[in-house]
Amino acid sequence: MDTYYCPHDLARFADMGKNRPELWAKYMDYYGAVFADGALTEREKALIALAVAHGVQCPYCIDAYSHACLEKGADLDQMTEAVHVANAIRGGSSLVHGVQMRTIAEKLGM
Amino acid sequence: MPSLLAARHPLSRPEEQLVALARTGAPEFEAVLRERLLAPLHADHIDVLQVNVGKLCNQTCAHCHVDAGPDRREIMSRETAEKVVELLRRHPIPTLDVTGGAPELNPQFRFLVGEARALGRRVIDRCNLTVLGIAGQADLAGFLAAHHVEVIASLPSFRRAGTDAQRGDGVFERSVAGLRALNAAGYGCGTGLVLNLIHNPVGAFLPGGQASLERDYRRELGARHGIVFDRLLTIANMPISRFLEFLERTGNTRAYVDLLVRSFNPAAVPGVMCRTHLSVGWDGSLYDCDFNQMLELPVAQGAPATLDALLHDGRLARHVRTDRHCFGCTAGAGSSCGGATAGSGVLTPSPQ
Repeated sequence: MDTYYCPHDLARFADMGKNRPELWAKYMDYYGAVFADGALTEREKALIALAVAHGVQCPYCIDAYSHACLEKGADLDQMTEAVHVANAIRGGSSLVHGVQMRTIAEKLGM
Repeated sequence: MPSLLAARHPLSRPEEQLVALARTGAPEFEAVLRERLLAPLHADHIDVLQVNVGKLCNQTCAHCHVDAGPDRREIMSRETAEKVVELLRRHPIPTLDVTGGAPELNPQFRFLVGEARALGRRVIDRCNLTVLGIAGQADLAGFLAAHHVEVIASLPSFRRAGTDAQRGDGVFERSVAGLRALNAAGYGCGTGLVLNLIHNPVGAFLPGGQASLERDYRRELGARHGIVFDRLLTIANMPISRFLEFLERTGNTRAYVDLLVRSFNPAAVPGVMCRTHLSVGWDGSLYDCDFNQMLELPVAQGAPATLDALLHDGRLARHVRTDRHCFGCTAGAGSSCGGATAGSGVLTPSPQ
């Protein structure tokens, strides 16, 4: 293994069905149901997945859902906005923890 | 933008296109069909006579498999159009599907429509929408409505960016104006005048699920532009002509053809259009589909190859000729002039 992340590994995701295929099958059933057209369209769900992929910084998911977003009719403007949503929440998450910092500092400080 | 032919691009030649597809290392389509016991493809009867009245168009779209444009002059003559009508008169083919180019720009378009409707046939116009707004076509929406022509209109995205990227700057706004004109004429409003839209990907990937995309189109076009339509049909881009030039220029040919081959869906084979269509060229030559026509692959040896021969011979059944581009009709949910041919979302790139 030359690198921790290998693009070819995305196509091998189903290897995780080996050894415990019943767990994989349950996951895939759930996965398929989650991404099916529902109250949200497949395009909207793909955009959410793209944002989450950036939030969790998963290169496999970014690869997969960049493709999926395009296939499902999203364009680069929409995909860029989705990534900004992820970025805003990640940044906001850090900032809101600053309240904890301030609480501690205010309790201890003079 | 000039057509590939006007630019004297090597890929304007069908033989160069077939060589480029072979260079990808893709298997022969017929061999894959044989492996699955699906060969040979055979057309037993004709439901749709698809007539390409020529390559003249007011647009020069980046993905066009016809290499159509304002600089093309190949258009069907009155003499050939009359032979099309005679064929319809002699054979009870239920549907005449008129395509181009922009078919409405051909002086024979209204003649073909009128005669076919007088024979009681369903008539489809494959419309680029912007043609409704050009000089001399102000009465086009009314003409189509008066003849109860079914309109199948190209709109790759419900947003400006995608549509203009594929079809040219300003096309989205003019397409919306065209859709409004069709709606005003009664199309897509539940009056029986059918308005279907075509989505094809704006790039080197397959279309998403037809039903889900239709929901997005319906909501977005309705809320933002007040437009209604009947159905959305998804069509994959065929790796020939101008889309092949795009693939070659961007280094995507092998990956795209690999995607088509990997996504081969046997369930899409029974619905491929060549099994129920006969394609007529502007000069009266016959093909299994519009894509074979553009690759200059005529019907199989032994079958009538021209309107004249068919009017003399009368045999409509034939074996279908295939090549590597045919993977474009069997990938994922399948693709045809009538949209997806199998269940949606069969194979999409996701971590599964």
